[in-house]
Amino acid sequence: MSEIDSQTAMDRADTGALEIAYVREQMEHPRPAPASEVGVMGWMRKNLFDGWFNTALTLIAIWLLYLILPGIIQFNFIDAVWTSIVDGENIERRACATIAQGGIQPDGWHGACWPYIGAYFKQFVFGRYPDELLWRPIAVFVLFFAGLIPMAIPSVPFKRENIIYMTLVFPVAAFILLTGGNLDYNGFLLPDSMIGEGFTKFWIDYIILTAIVCGIAWVLARSTDSNPKGPVLTALAIMAGLAVILLLTMVDFGLRYVETSQWGGFLMTLVIAVTGIAASLPLGIVLALGRRSQMPIVRLLSVIFIEFWRGVPLITVLFMSSVLLPLFLPDGVSFDKLLRALIGVALFSAAYMAEVVRGGLQAIPKGQYEGAMALGLSYWQMTQKIILPQALKIVIPGIVNTFIGLFKDTTLVSIIGLLDFLGMINSSHSDSSWATPVQAITSYIFCAAVFWVFCYAMARYSNYMERRLDTGHR
Amino acid sequence: MALTESASVDDKPKVALLNDPKIRGAIIQTILVIFLAWLVWSMVHNAAFNLAKAGIASGFGFLDRSAGFDVNFSPFLEFGQTSTNWDAYLVGLQNTLILAFIGVIFATIIGFIVGVARLSQNWVISKIAYWYVEILRNIPLLLQIFIWYKGVGAFLPDKRNPMDLGFLGQLNAAGLFAPKPVFADGAGVVGWALLAGIVITIFIGRWASARQMKTGERFPVFWTGLGLIVLLPVLSYFIMGMPISAEYPVTGNFGPRGGMQVIPEFIAMLLALSLYTAAFIAEIVRAGILAVNKGQSEASAALGLRRGPALRLVVVPQAMRVIIPPLTSQYLNLTKNSSLAVAIAYPDLTAMFAGTALNTVGQAVEILLMTMLTYLAISLLTSTFMNWYNKRMALVER
Repeated sequence: MSEIDSQTAMDRADTGALEIAYVREQMEHPRPAPASEVGVMGWMRKNLFDGWFNTALTLIAIWLLYLILPGIIQFNFIDAVWTSIVDGENIERRACATIAQGGIQPDGWHGACWPYIGAYFKQFVFGRYPDELLWRPIAVFVLFFAGLIPMAIPSVPFKRENIIYMTLVFPVAAFILLTGGNLDYNGFLLPDSMIGEGFTKFWIDYIILTAIVCGIAWVLARSTDSNPKGPVLTALAIMAGLAVILLLTMVDFGLRYVETSQWGGFLMTLVIAVTGIAASLPLGIVLALGRRSQMPIVRLLSVIFIEFWRGVPLITVLFMSSVLLPLFLPDGVSFDKLLRALIGVALFSAAYMAEVVRGGLQAIPKGQYEGAMALGLSYWQMTQKIILPQALKIVIPGIVNTFIGLFKDTTLVSIIGLLDFLGMINSSHSDSSWATPVQAITSYIFCAAVFWVFCYAMARYSNYMERRLDTGHR
Repeated sequence: MALTESASVDDKPKVALLNDPKIRGAIIQTILVIFLAWLVWSMVHNAAFNLAKAGIASGFGFLDRSAGFDVNFSPFLEFGQTSTNWDAYLVGLQNTLILAFIGVIFATIIGFIVGVARLSQNWVISKIAYWYVEILRNIPLLLQIFIWYKGVGAFLPDKRNPMDLGFLGQLNAAGLFAPKPVFADGAGVVGWALLAGIVITIFIGRWASARQMKTGERFPVFWTGLGLIVLLPVLSYFIMGMPISAEYPVTGNFGPRGGMQVIPEFIAMLLALSLYTAAFIAEIVRAGILAVNKGQSEASAALGLRRGPALRLVVVPQAMRVIIPPLTSQYLNLTKNSSLAVAIAYPDLTAMFAGTALNTVGQAVEILLMTMLTYLAISLLTSTFMNWYNKRMALVER
C-alpha cells in the first residue's frame, strides 16, 4: 500500500508537475446536516416558512384553521350531548335544549344532539320497514357487501363467478328478500277469454313468446346465411333463464309482502343507486355504440337522447317520471312510486354513462377495429370480443365516478316525496319529542358523514384503479 | 371441374340481401323508426286519454291566465297578484339566471384559488385545499343546501338583533340586508365613463399589440387600462357631485329598514352551489396546470422570460386549453343544480313554474316540457358559446 503510494509520489516527482504532501485514502464521512435543515425544524422551514410570502400564507392558514376547527370539534364532541337518559329517565328533547327552550342545558349552549340520532338510527337505515322483518334488509346488505368486496379487490380469484353472482343471483335474491316475492303474473298475449287469467295463462303466453323469439332468431340467422342452431339456442337459453328468475319471484317462500312505501332510509338510497347504475350501464353501452354507429338515424337518435338527458336537471326528470309517466301509460297500468323514480334515474344516468363509455371507445386505437375487421369478425363479434373488453377496462374509474355522482344524486328523490336517507332525516324533524334548534344540524352532520365515508372510499378506489389500469402501453 | 370453378369467379358472389351492410342498416333503422313512432304515438294517445279522463285542459292558454300567487324575490321584474303564469315563468327564469350567474363567478374565483393552493409548496395550504376539495365534493349538494339553509340558518339571530357585517350590511334570520345603491341625477354619466374606459382600453390593447408585432416595442396596457377604467368613473363621480350613494339598513323594532333584502334561500343556494362547484373546478384547475409540460416553463426561462410573463404567455394559455372544456360542463352543472332550489323554495324556474304554477294550473305536460326545454336551451347555448371560445383558444395543429 505504502509502496504503491510512494511509487506514485515518485512518479509525480519525476514529472515534476506537483508536489503532493498528503493524499486522502478514505472518503470523508458526511457531516450531519445543519439542525435547521433536518427533522421537524428543517421540514417546517422548507415547507412552511420559506420566504416572507410563504410564512404569511402559513400564518393566515393557521389562523383560519384556528377560527374553524375548534368550533367544529367543540360542537360535535365536547359540547355534544351523548345520552338523553338522566336519572334513569329518558328526557328526549330536554337533554338537547337550553333552559330557555325548556331543557336542561345552560343558556347559549350549542352542541350536537347524538341521542336523537341513536333514537332514529333504525329509521335512518331501514326507513319504516316492519321491525320484525328487519333481518331481510340486513341480509340484503350482507349479501351485497359479500359480493362487492371480493369483486373490488383485484387479487381475489373467481371474478367470473363473482360477476355472475352480482348481476344475476344477488338482484333476484335482494328483490325477493325486500318485497317478499310471491308475485302474481297475468298473461299478456292471448285474450283473457281463451284460457282465463292466472298462472297457467301466463306460462302458456310465455311459451308462445319463447317460440316467437326463437323463430325470429332462426329467420335472422337463415337470412344471413349462417347456421341457425347457435342463435336459436342462445335465445332459448335467455328465455329459459328469464323463466327461472320469473318462477323464483312467483314462489311463495313464506315471506310477508312489504310494499315499497315502507322502505326507506339508507336502504332505499342503496336500492336506487345500485339499480340505477345496473340499469344504466347496459343502456349506456348501447347508446355509446349508437352514437358511434355508421347508421345516420341511429346516430342521430342516440345523440338526441344523450344530449337531452344531459341538458336537463335531474330534478325535472324526477318530476317528469313522477307526474308525466303515469299519464303516458295505458289506462289501468300504474307504476309504483319507487319504480317511477328508478326509471327516471336510470334514463338520466344512462346518458352520462354513455358519454363515459364513448370516451373509452374513442381511446381504443383504430388498429384494434381494423385488425378485428381484417380477421373477418362481424360488428357484434368485434364489439363483444375486441372493443368492449378493452374500452370498459379503461373506463372503470369513470364508471365509479358516475356511480359516486348517482349515489349523491339519489338524495333528490326526497324532493318528490320518497323517504330515502335524506328524506327520512327531513321527515324526522317533524317529531316534536326531539325538536330543538340543534336537531337539524345534528342530523345533517350525521347524514353528511355517512355519505362522505362512502363517496370518499369510492373515490379513493377509483383513483387506485386508475393507477392500476394505467399500464402505460395504450 | 376446374373450368366451372374459374367461371364462377367472374359471377357476382351470391350474398343474401341482409348481409349487405347498406340494406341491413336501412332495415334496422326503419324498424327503429317504426318502433319509436309507435312508442310516441301510444304515449300521446294514452296522455290524451288520461288527460281527458281527469278533465285537465291542454294547450298553452294557461300562460295568459292570472297566476294567483306571490313571490318574495324578484330583483328586476315586477310580479304581483295580477301577474300571469307567463310572468311567473319569466321571474323564475330570471331568478335561475341570477343565481347561476353569481354562482358561476364565485365558484370560479374560489375554485381557481383552491386549485392553485393545492399545488402550493406550502404544506398547510395544500393540505387545506386538499381537504376542502375532498370534503365538499363528496357530500351531496342537496344535503349541503339543507346544511346551510336549515342547519346553519337555525343559528341566525332574529330581526331585532342582527349580526353586523360592516360594509356588507346586516344579517338576520330574514336574510341579508345589504346596502342599496341610490342613484341620483348624473349617475348615468359615471356609468358611461366606466364604459368609455373599458372601450378605450380595448382599443389601446389592440393598438399596442399591433405595434409590438411591427416594432417590438411594448406598451404597459395593463396599467394604462386599469388607470382608465378606475380614473374615468372616479373623476366623473366627483365632477357630477357624487351622485351615487349607499343606503344602509337601519335596525328597527320590526327588523331592519331600508337597504336591499337578499332572502336567506338565495344566500343558502349561492353558498352551497358555489362552494360545491368550486371543489370540482379546483380539481380541473389543478389538472390543467399539471398538464402543462415542465419543459415549457423551463424553455421560457431559457428564453429569458421572467416568471410573470412566462406564466402569462406560456403556462396559463396552455393550461386554459385543458381547463376550459371541463370548466364549461361545471358551469352547466351549476346552472342545472340551481334547480335544487325547489327543495328550499327559492323561487327559481323549477320551484316557481314546475312547482307552484304546476300545482295551481295542473297542466303537467306543457309546464314540464317548457321547463325542461328551457334548461336544455340554456345548456346548448352555453356549450355552443364555450365551444366557440374553446376553438379560438385551441392549438392550431398541422
